[in-house]
Amino acid sequence: MELLANEVSFRYGTREALKNISFRLKSGQFHGLLGPNGSGKTTLFGLITRLLAMQRGQIRLGQHLLNRHAPEAMNSLGVVFQQSALDPDLTVLQNLEYHGALQGMGKQARHQAIDREMSRFSLNGRAGARVRTLSGGHQRQVELARALLHSPSLLILDEPTTGLDLDTRHGLICHIHQLCRDEGLTVLWATHLVDEVWPTDNVLLLHEGRLKMQGIAETLCHQTDSADLRELIQTLGKAQP
Amino acid sequence: MKVRFFWHAYLGIQSREWQRFWQQRNRFATALIRPLLWLFIFAVGLGLSDNGYNLKGSSQTTSYQGYLVPGLCAMAILFNSMQSALSIVYDREVGSMRVLLVSPLPRWFLLSSKLLAMGTLSVIQASAFLAIAWMTGVVDIGLIPLLFVLPVFLMAALMLGSLGLLIATWIKQLENFAGVMNFVIFPVFFLSSALYPAENFQGRNSLLYGLVMANPFTHVTEAIRHALTLSWHPQSLAFAIASTALLALFAVRGFSPQRTNVL
Repeated sequence: MELLANEVSFRYGTREALKNISFRLKSGQFHGLLGPNGSGKTTLFGLITRLLAMQRGQIRLGQHLLNRHAPEAMNSLGVVFQQSALDPDLTVLQNLEYHGALQGMGKQARHQAIDREMSRFSLNGRAGARVRTLSGGHQRQVELARALLHSPSLLILDEPTTGLDLDTRHGLICHIHQLCRDEGLTVLWATHLVDEVWPTDNVLLLHEGRLKMQGIAETLCHQTDSADLRELIQTLGKAQP
Repeated sequence: MKVRFFWHAYLGIQSREWQRFWQQRNRFATALIRPLLWLFIFAVGLGLSDNGYNLKGSSQTTSYQGYLVPGLCAMAILFNSMQSALSIVYDREVGSMRVLLVSPLPRWFLLSSKLLAMGTLSVIQASAFLAIAWMTGVVDIGLIPLLFVLPVFLMAALMLGSLGLLIATWIKQLENFAGVMNFVIFPVFFLSSALYPAENFQGRNSLLYGLVMANPFTHVTEAIRHALTLSWHPQSLAFAIASTALLALFAVRGFSPQRTNVL
């Protein structure tokens, strides 16, 4: 499913967090949303998830405008937030059941989906464990299982590797790429860590609320004579808006 | 969006409230202690044991303990509603509120379902207190008054749950909740007819009397009192219903994830 953002702007009081952002996420592809802390990534996530009210511009998910047909648009969206959205006092199974129900899934469909996602993330032995007893890596896996439970066609993740060790981070990134490849999932992965984006990935470079560049990572580096994304971002940071 | 989607979501929200309730089941017992202290210590300590308490629009009289029971049922609902408001703030702080708010179902439906789920638990709390009052012989309740009082309990729970949701929208941090105790719960409770007839203020202090009569908690208490005795007091019932509808509307319409820093 495609996501289309058109001239999106957002202000917190007098501070402009996003300035006329326009981009398109291509169906079935991985997109890295790169930018330093405070560049507007979380604000953009807030707008896509409707946790922030749209002030200017439009966001379209597939055929549906977010402002006008929110239920239809949100139905195909899976979200992993920067901070955990799980209830720490409930078990893994109870959290997944709750999310499935909120997506309108019946008992049978929910149980099938939970079995599928628990197997996918090797969580089968942890169904009865309270979330607060799990390690950071396992909690992230439960978050992903939760976000994928209703088989969304667009998955957005806001700094999903926060607090994870290198191996777990790498495993997670590979897994999401595999989902794009095998299941045609469209992914928007927000991060400030450039090594989380592969050279062949699409990237959107956000800086101080502006979308500076977008395209395939290695192509952008080539066009700007940058050795890698890190150098490209440093160059963008120095350039005048 | 199909009707069964809404039904599954409602069951999910209700089920989560039950799971949380079961985890904190000692809260149920401790919450019962508060009204029981009022009933068995405060009422007896005041020494008001005569049967001089009657109801507006009714010739029936009761003891002071009997008079207190409806107010204390409403009190149990009030405290449980504020506890639920606290859990909304907690949900927001730990992040689980986001899961609710990014559901594809309309936000008014999700919040109304949460109110109803929280309200069901308040009804159980008040019913448990009423059962103790009945078992100890403080009040005599038949099956028919019980059938009348349960919907009134639910209305009270929705009204006070909406008040809790409104407060939760404006509270930024969990730590600020103690202030709510002082500035909301106690004025709402004391400026009502829960502990004394509203008429006691009449002629003594017109400002206080006005506040008592404008307080929806007074009318919900009266609605419970009249339901328990199968008497009819349309003004209180109408005031309580209108207040419930207004508060629920304000709470659901006024809830903004942006204001509550859910992100």
